[in-house]
Amino acid sequence: MLGPILETLIGGLLTGVLYSLVALGFVLIFKASGVFNFAQGVMVLFAALSVARLSEFFPMPIAIALAVVVMIALAYAIEFLVLRRLVNQEGIILFMATLGVTYFLEGFGQTVWGSDIYKIDLGMPKNPIFVLESVFPGGLLIDPSELIAALICAIMVVALAIFFQVTRVGRALRAVADDHQAAQSVGIPLNQIWLMVWAVAGIVALVAGMMWGAKLGVQFSLSLVALKALPVLILGGFTSIPGAIVGGLIIGAGEKLAEVVLGPVLIRMFDLAGGGIENWFAYVLALMFLLVRPQGLFGEKIIERV
Amino acid sequence: MIRKIAGIAAASVLAGGTLGGPALAQNEQFIPHLVYRTGAYAPNGIPFANGVADYYRLVNARDGGINGVTISYEECDTGYATDRGVECYERLKKKGPTGAAYFLPLSTGITFALTEKAPIDKIPIISMGYGRSESRDGAVFQWNFPLLGTYWTAADIIIQHIAKTEGGFDKLKGKKIALVYHDSPYGKEPIALLQKRAQMHGFETLLLPVTHPGVEQKATWLQIRQNRPDYVLLWGWGVMNSTAIKEAVAVAYPRGKMYGVWWSGAEPDVRPAEGGATGYHAVTLQHTAGQFKVHEDLKKYVYDKGNGNAKWEETDEILYIRGMINAMLGVESIRTAQAKFGKKPLTGEQVRWGIENLDLSAARIKDLGFEGVLKPIKVSCADHEGARTGRIQTWDGKNWKITSDWYVADDNVIAPMVKDAATKYAAEKKIAPGCLTN
Repeated sequence: MLGPILETLIGGLLTGVLYSLVALGFVLIFKASGVFNFAQGVMVLFAALSVARLSEFFPMPIAIALAVVVMIALAYAIEFLVLRRLVNQEGIILFMATLGVTYFLEGFGQTVWGSDIYKIDLGMPKNPIFVLESVFPGGLLIDPSELIAALICAIMVVALAIFFQVTRVGRALRAVADDHQAAQSVGIPLNQIWLMVWAVAGIVALVAGMMWGAKLGVQFSLSLVALKALPVLILGGFTSIPGAIVGGLIIGAGEKLAEVVLGPVLIRMFDLAGGGIENWFAYVLALMFLLVRPQGLFGEKIIERV
Repeated sequence: MIRKIAGIAAASVLAGGTLGGPALAQNEQFIPHLVYRTGAYAPNGIPFANGVADYYRLVNARDGGINGVTISYEECDTGYATDRGVECYERLKKKGPTGAAYFLPLSTGITFALTEKAPIDKIPIISMGYGRSESRDGAVFQWNFPLLGTYWTAADIIIQHIAKTEGGFDKLKGKKIALVYHDSPYGKEPIALLQKRAQMHGFETLLLPVTHPGVEQKATWLQIRQNRPDYVLLWGWGVMNSTAIKEAVAVAYPRGKMYGVWWSGAEPDVRPAEGGATGYHAVTLQHTAGQFKVHEDLKKYVYDKGNGNAKWEETDEILYIRGMINAMLGVESIRTAQAKFGKKPLTGEQVRWGIENLDLSAARIKDLGFEGVLKPIKVSCADHEGARTGRIQTWDGKNWKITSDWYVADDNVIAPMVKDAATKYAAEKKIAPGCLTN
């Protein structure tokens, strides 16, 4: 029994890394502009669709480069058409604006790029590898494409951490997040900062979209998978990059273990139809965290004077 | 890309104008179609919708309509959501000079929801290859027509084939057969039949539901790896199918041991998995992919004139052909009804009679250009399914190939189940069973 549990744990952790990658995009924008960008999920889809469709006409490296241009153009369009007109508005107004962006991009993405299932071929190995075959019967199964995705995610995290903590731009981003007006008063160009952070979030979405797209195929449903980042954020905290990573790992491992280990128990005990635990477990876990630690594991505790 | 945008624009015009249009002429038969060209299920919804639309267009262009009555056709996008399906139904049911001829919901969930509305509005529901399995009992489900096959038919044919592969039904004893299913009314339909067959032959069933839209299946396939079933039956739709095959590759489950229902056996289900899908099987709703006689007319009257909805090379794909079959059965039902009620636009109630008396012989199927696609079908009040045959096809990496003889679902097993379920439904809904005469 230990073998299957370990295998599920490893698979869950690797999937969790992919959740983290999407969650990073949310954290970036929230940390730098105080906006909870509901459109991050659909940005993942849009970015993946761009790479997949462009790679039908160009070699993959060029398709990726062009997709980066598309995501930067998208960031500019969002900044110019939406955010610039909402400076100093309440967070909830900005959140609602990103909801609008979500629905627009969902339809626009399918209109421009199509609704079929498209592929992104990054040349990643598809067949599983088996380790510790002498210890566990049949060995422990590991999906090599998820291992590679985890490695790429780790590189992204290190790069983003350096960007935020060490560079001048990173500090400016944090200043904007604290207070738009105060940041403007010390000469930080708000529009440029917003453009930059949305462009970086777009590139993170591109990486996440490529990883998920190579694994599942690129299709509308990708934006729904990306929403799994929400419980990850609640768990890890909206402002913490390490939180997004740890949250992703907990959610990934937790939901897979719940489905495989808890599922059969529930079926035996309550004669349920079973299944589907994987989908709701993450949200229940997030809900429990909201009750006891609303700022998440690594989020900043908000104290307001009244 | 420009072609794609132009295609979408053309589809919109088609939906709202060319065949439909706000001002419908009096000699037009209005036929609505619930489609999904966007959303998670669009990869499978689009080719089916194209097949339906192009067949209506063919009948109008080649024959001037059905006995001179032009088809007016309108799509409504449901996104495969039941609530939107009901909304589309309400919006379109009274359109046209005589209201909707029939509805094609293309969703078991929407079919379930419309089953109670259809008798009130007197509009038949054609759920070809889907819907409630017991709805073939026309005495209880007077307005439902699960033509060509129900999910009990599909599951029975697959089990028959597995038994044949193993060397007989007695060899199924002790085997383990898993069902990976879309956690919806659609996916749950085959469970009753599988449990019945499991009881009869002593095999074990392992039920593994997958939640909409079906892109997260890792835990499901890890359970398959741990339980090591002898066979896996796949009851998916849309992106769930290709994801299942990819996950099977990821856990090294042999694709040759996997059997999909006919909604899990089309090109969009296997192509994303590339070579990984080679050896995967699916039961057919009689037909497979390919070019048939009907394609000659389709090319001459529709595609050569630049009026086709799809690319020409997509017209030989499974879901496109299925869309054409569904439209053809609807058209022939109207033609049957016209023989009784006159060559004019008919009401839903009159078309219902036409569907219930549909009788397509091999000769008529050949005349229609569907030889090699369909076997004869004869519908009656006692049998709203009309035919219960199918074959197994296998993906060879590039194409679907038929790899079995014809099977007929065993009515000794299915008919009593239909009777029980239909009687129970009639009691629940306080329906007095009986055949409608008109």
